[in-house]
Amino acid sequence: MAEIFTSAFWAEYGGILAEGVWDTLMMTAVSTFLAYLIGLPMGVVMILTQPHGIRPNRVVNAVLGWIINIGRSLPFIILMIALFPFTKFVVGTKIGIKGAVVPLVVSAAPFIARMVETSLSEVDAGVVEAAQSMGASNFQIVWKVYLPEAKPSLVLGGSVVLIAIVGYTAMAGTMGAGGLGDLAIRYGHQRNVPSVMWITVIFLIILVQVVQSVFSRLSVRIDKRLK
Amino acid sequence: MSESIIQIQHLTKNFGGGPGEVHALADINLDIRQGEIFGIIGLSGAGKSTLVRCMNLLERPTSGTVLVDGKDMTALSEGELRLQRRKITMIFQSFNLLMQRTCLKNVCFPMEIAGVPKAQARKRAGELLELVGLADKANAYPAQLSGGQKQRVAVARALATDPKVLLCDEATSALDPTTTVSILELLKDLNAKLGVTVVVITHQMSVIEAICSRVAILDGGSVAELGPVQDIFSNPSTDAARRLVYPGGASVSQYPAGTRAARVSFNGGTVNQPLIASLAIDCGVKVSILGADTRSVGGKATGTMLLSLPDDPNEAARALSYIRSQPYITVEEVEYRG
Repeated sequence: MAEIFTSAFWAEYGGILAEGVWDTLMMTAVSTFLAYLIGLPMGVVMILTQPHGIRPNRVVNAVLGWIINIGRSLPFIILMIALFPFTKFVVGTKIGIKGAVVPLVVSAAPFIARMVETSLSEVDAGVVEAAQSMGASNFQIVWKVYLPEAKPSLVLGGSVVLIAIVGYTAMAGTMGAGGLGDLAIRYGHQRNVPSVMWITVIFLIILVQVVQSVFSRLSVRIDKRLK
Repeated sequence: MSESIIQIQHLTKNFGGGPGEVHALADINLDIRQGEIFGIIGLSGAGKSTLVRCMNLLERPTSGTVLVDGKDMTALSEGELRLQRRKITMIFQSFNLLMQRTCLKNVCFPMEIAGVPKAQARKRAGELLELVGLADKANAYPAQLSGGQKQRVAVARALATDPKVLLCDEATSALDPTTTVSILELLKDLNAKLGVTVVVITHQMSVIEAICSRVAILDGGSVAELGPVQDIFSNPSTDAARRLVYPGGASVSQYPAGTRAARVSFNGGTVNQPLIASLAIDCGVKVSILGADTRSVGGKATGTMLLSLPDDPNEAARALSYIRSQPYITVEEVEYRG
């Protein structure tokens, strides 16, 4: 463990560690962004189509609910393997950051949908009714009422999603995606260089702490109910 | 009489279907006139909130028609309905302000929806906040305001699209008595200044008394009584009306069988008419008051009183005929039905 303070260690492993950190951050950022593009509208549709929503639709709500549940019931590592053919078809490869993004998005989108649905369900139904009474269209209610009113909660949900996706990237790393998970299994486990693994552990702890505290503070700061 | 702004004809609203169907409103007919302050009162579950939501079609009536400013709300397309709703806006018991927006932006909200240019909307919102006495709170968030201030912002917001009707759904029920009075004053003031028709939904008779000119009493989903507030107050003719007008009302059923009693109604005589004393002095009959619920409405005495009559039938008859001879007072003998 003491070897991590030697320059020889960093000369040998500094490069791959930096690359691992970068890959993890990239995978997390890109797949979170893409997963929100899919999950956010899904969550919105779930809220609109619920029985007391502003556009009730039992069929859409039930079908979308099943899809979300199916997506959420598969452990990430199984989903990733099951999706290999699909991944190859979409991005042309099963490995690397590109290969990891596809299963990460497929796995995170339903999770995000549920987080968004929960956040939006906290918006006071009376405020939505007030907007309807003023002649707001459903689209305006989503953009001007649901999303802005739920913003603090959506931001907090975002931190949960980000941290979950960091965890997924580590699993993806063991299946050839690169990043810190890859380093931990190849060096820490297979080559018996535990120091590399411990560096990844420390880095992940820091990453999660930073994400959580930044998002928590942001959520409080933008929440005008607390002033 | 001025013309009607809201006409409700044979309105029925049922919830659910099949055996569990709930009949919330049954054959409601109402005519609300332009510029008046109209009250709708009823106990919880009487259908008041459903009725008011049928006026702006937040609830779609099961049958019947709702005409607002000459247009049949039930026949409009979704787009037309959204336009029409700008003419009939609403304030709520729980204010329903956007918590993440400043007061000014809350008032801008309906104008944003209506596509009013931003600068123009901000200017008008500022004027409206001034009108409700909250110009200094333009940049405050709703969480920083008291209940009364929140309701003022809601009123300003409701007026932003120059509505012809302002629906108030239990708008003062969450406020303390002093704040309630100030909000009612504001509504009265706006009604006078802007000519906006105000429809007040409440379970508090005091609210009706304070600002309404006419009132409909809703009971079990239908209109039990309808008329000028003064008339309904002085002579509530249905059970539903009596329960509302005299909530602590004297009821003969709480006394033992055989009690002879008379229900005296004060129908708007002067407040200082000493009935009981003059009864004792002029005809020498002593009665005791079993219960009473009277009040003064604009200097006129209204209410009912339950008197126990003497056991001697002659004395009782004398007392009854004496009371009957008094102006603005009606009396009926009531018996205990066990």
